[in-house]
Amino acid sequence: MTDTMNLNRRSFLIGSAAAGGGLMLSLTLPFLASAEANAAEAAHGIPPEVNAWVVIRPDDTVVVRIARIDMGQGTLTGLAQMVAEELECDWAKVTTEYPTPGENVARKRIWGDFATVGSRGIRNSQDYVRKGGAAARMMLIQAAANEWKVPAAECVAANSVITHRPSGRKTSYGKVSDAAGKLEAPKEVPLKDPKDWKLIGKSVKRLDTLPKLTGKQIYGADLKLPGMLNATIKDCPVFGGKLTSFDAAKAEGMPGVKKVLRVGDSAIAVVADTWWHAKTALDAIAVVWDGGENAKVSSASIAEMLKEGLSAEQAFVNNEKGNAKAAIVGAAKKVEAVYSYPFLNHATMEPMNATALYTADRCEVWCPTQNAEQALAVTAEASGLPIAKCEVYRLNPGGGFGRRSFSDYVAQAVRIAKEMPGIPVKLLWTREEDMLHGRYHPIMQAKLTGGLDSAGNLSGLHIRLSGQSIFASVHAAALVNGMDVATFQGYWPKGEASLEYTIPNLLIDHAMRNTHVPPGFWRGVNINQNAIFLECFMDELAHAAGQDALAFRRKLMKGHPQSLAVLNAVAEKGGWGKPAPKGHYRGLAHFRGFGSYIAACVEISVKDGNKVKIHRIVGATDCGHAVNPAQIERQVAGSFVYGLSALFEEECTVKDGRMEQTNFDSYDSMRIAQMPKVEAIVLPSGGFWGGVGEPTICVAAPAVLNAFFAATGKRIRTFPLKNHGIELV
Amino acid sequence: MARLTINGKPYEFDVDPTTPLLWAIREQVGLTGTKYGCGIAQCGACTVHIDGTAVRSCSVPVSAAEGKKITTIEGIAAGDVLSKVQQAWLDHEVPQCGYCQSGMIMAVTALLQEKPKPTDADIDDAITNICRCGTFQQVREAIHAAAKA
Ligand code: FES
Ligand code: FES
Repeated sequence: MTDTMNLNRRSFLIGSAAAGGGLMLSLTLPFLASAEANAAEAAHGIPPEVNAWVVIRPDDTVVVRIARIDMGQGTLTGLAQMVAEELECDWAKVTTEYPTPGENVARKRIWGDFATVGSRGIRNSQDYVRKGGAAARMMLIQAAANEWKVPAAECVAANSVITHRPSGRKTSYGKVSDAAGKLEAPKEVPLKDPKDWKLIGKSVKRLDTLPKLTGKQIYGADLKLPGMLNATIKDCPVFGGKLTSFDAAKAEGMPGVKKVLRVGDSAIAVVADTWWHAKTALDAIAVVWDGGENAKVSSASIAEMLKEGLSAEQAFVNNEKGNAKAAIVGAAKKVEAVYSYPFLNHATMEPMNATALYTADRCEVWCPTQNAEQALAVTAEASGLPIAKCEVYRLNPGGGFGRRSFSDYVAQAVRIAKEMPGIPVKLLWTREEDMLHGRYHPIMQAKLTGGLDSAGNLSGLHIRLSGQSIFASVHAAALVNGMDVATFQGYWPKGEASLEYTIPNLLIDHAMRNTHVPPGFWRGVNINQNAIFLECFMDELAHAAGQDALAFRRKLMKGHPQSLAVLNAVAEKGGWGKPAPKGHYRGLAHFRGFGSYIAACVEISVKDGNKVKIHRIVGATDCGHAVNPAQIERQVAGSFVYGLSALFEEECTVKDGRMEQTNFDSYDSMRIAQMPKVEAIVLPSGGFWGGVGEPTICVAAPAVLNAFFAATGKRIRTFPLKNHGIELV
Repeated sequence: MARLTINGKPYEFDVDPTTPLLWAIREQVGLTGTKYGCGIAQCGACTVHIDGTAVRSCSVPVSAAEGKKITTIEGIAAGDVLSKVQQAWLDHEVPQCGYCQSGMIMAVTALLQEKPKPTDADIDDAITNICRCGTFQQVREAIHAAAKA
């Protein structure tokens, strides 16, 4: 390794530490370092790698290392496609593996960022994983050329076979991978022109389907280790409260129970031979909690606090142009509406869990996580051991949706394991614990005021947000002079979540009102509520102006060709402006988030004034480059299920400082009978990399609400719809 | 002592007869393809067959399954040959995270035994499993494909 490379990696480390979560990292070719690693791995009998991203076995199997986690969104396959595209390997021979965060630390973050959040699994690593594949190809070719004593330029690679063109000699990747791993990495690594892609852009089958059909896939909850014990936990149901006391006498005599213990100052856990024994014993323990001041908080008191913020003097301004307030005062017509959006739990299908094994000089954790590097840091902190003595092994998550970007359950598992040194302990939460200790979608109210001139043009718009900031709670260093820019997602003046309307007088501000409820990143994050607020209000404005909802929007979108393209695409396919089937009504919405442009056109009917049937949703996304269109279509449809489940059924309400919903009986989720026909349009316009897993979620709800207005003349502005007696059928 | 027949194999183990069948299958027998999602018969992740009927095993005590034929997700393929439902699931790439899919596949397998050519309405009535990833569109396609296979 040269000094320059060391310098590069060091600057990367500094850059990433300063950038913190959520920001683009100043990454410089993080794959240049194999010779050293190979020497170490050979000693352990591990097949040598060509570089950190690619291992090729003698039988030509290609192992692609995946730094991000696949929690169902297809990232694993997409990332492998990108490496394989440049590697020119035989796709049929590709498998994948997850490196560990401990290896990443030991190898100076050679794989970059592991965090799989913000729909950036692909878009923020596409550059260096493609370079990883390309560099490996160059080294394999070089190794073959060296063996043949010919110039590398005379050799080509395709389908894992290297051919020396002049002589026609051939060899396979498996035969030269050993030699390739010993070569210096190339300094210049050119990438293919997108028009030459053969694998990127193709709907190849996912690499990870089969074990999910046979019961063989091991999720975190399924892990078994020799001698392992099982635990379950109850944390004080009032957020921020304490565990006062408990009577363990009865539980300690119950079958299989090994230990009843206090975890930190707020939780109690039972460790037993089986999980069922642990749970049964924990349920038998009378626990006294001290909720403290927070026990006085209720949904009503939180709503009061947010309501005050709607007219508060002080607010953070993120997007301002002209003089919105004056324009509205002077407008021919003024329209005003107040919306509110509730707390939501992720309710991943698999509850939180982690398995930990602690000894005096090592702590290992096995868990599903979207944030393995954070999980490693938390393991070190909770165990009291240095990071070098800790390791985290990633297991398949049964859903993530943002919840598994937090490591609270990892800390708990380590603390429990620390009380049982030498014995692996699996901590699995009950669904009830999962519902009571989420990282909730932030609660938000919005007052929108718009002014229309005499011709019905929008002359001024003020959006006042009042509610919770995620970053103030999870990463205060990311606030900008106290402002949480992420709160304005989709309303930004520019950037990956920009406002896609040009409005002459505009003011968008946020009265930050934080609660004791821990907020988190919930699939889509702040575009969920922001799209409802803006896109329903746009419909209100169009209605007040006596204009067609599409025409009204189009007038404001002249400088936004990509948004206009997706909106036009759904309008056309959805039949906007054409007669709908009898009793069917349509609604539209579009938005921008995670770099992508998205739109939806829905068609619904409403029976008895409250039974909503969604007949179809046409959803379009322009995510720049589409790596695997079939998987994108699944993300579009899946995100609609998640978003519409919330719109119709879900909210977490606070009583006495704690959440009232404890399971799917009070926090329902859409079933197949309610599933609309989703027609996804993937419109990759090229030239940029936008997210896929999250953005589309936000357009389904406002489109449905707008269609509901068209059908019934009723505007619903608080959610979920079940509170208004409206159901999805 | 409980005696269960799971996927054609007899098992005998010491367990409180009130233990939910789900946890006996997962912890005593060691078959972890059957999942825990809610524990209160809401989500269907724990679906298995008792004498060919789909049941939510989190809400059935071991005692109620004694002497009956239990089938889990691990027992529906014939060796390496997938069942027609599994094959349709593979062809249509149904799973996202996959956590709900054992239960989904077991519920669908029971449906197809009862109604080999289900209509969409039959599917809506019989399949009430939760899938938080939202795979329903592919689930429906794959059910119809399996019915034709
Ligand atoms: S775990 Fe049995 S229905 Fe949910
Ligand atoms: S595939 Fe993830 S919950 Fe259904």
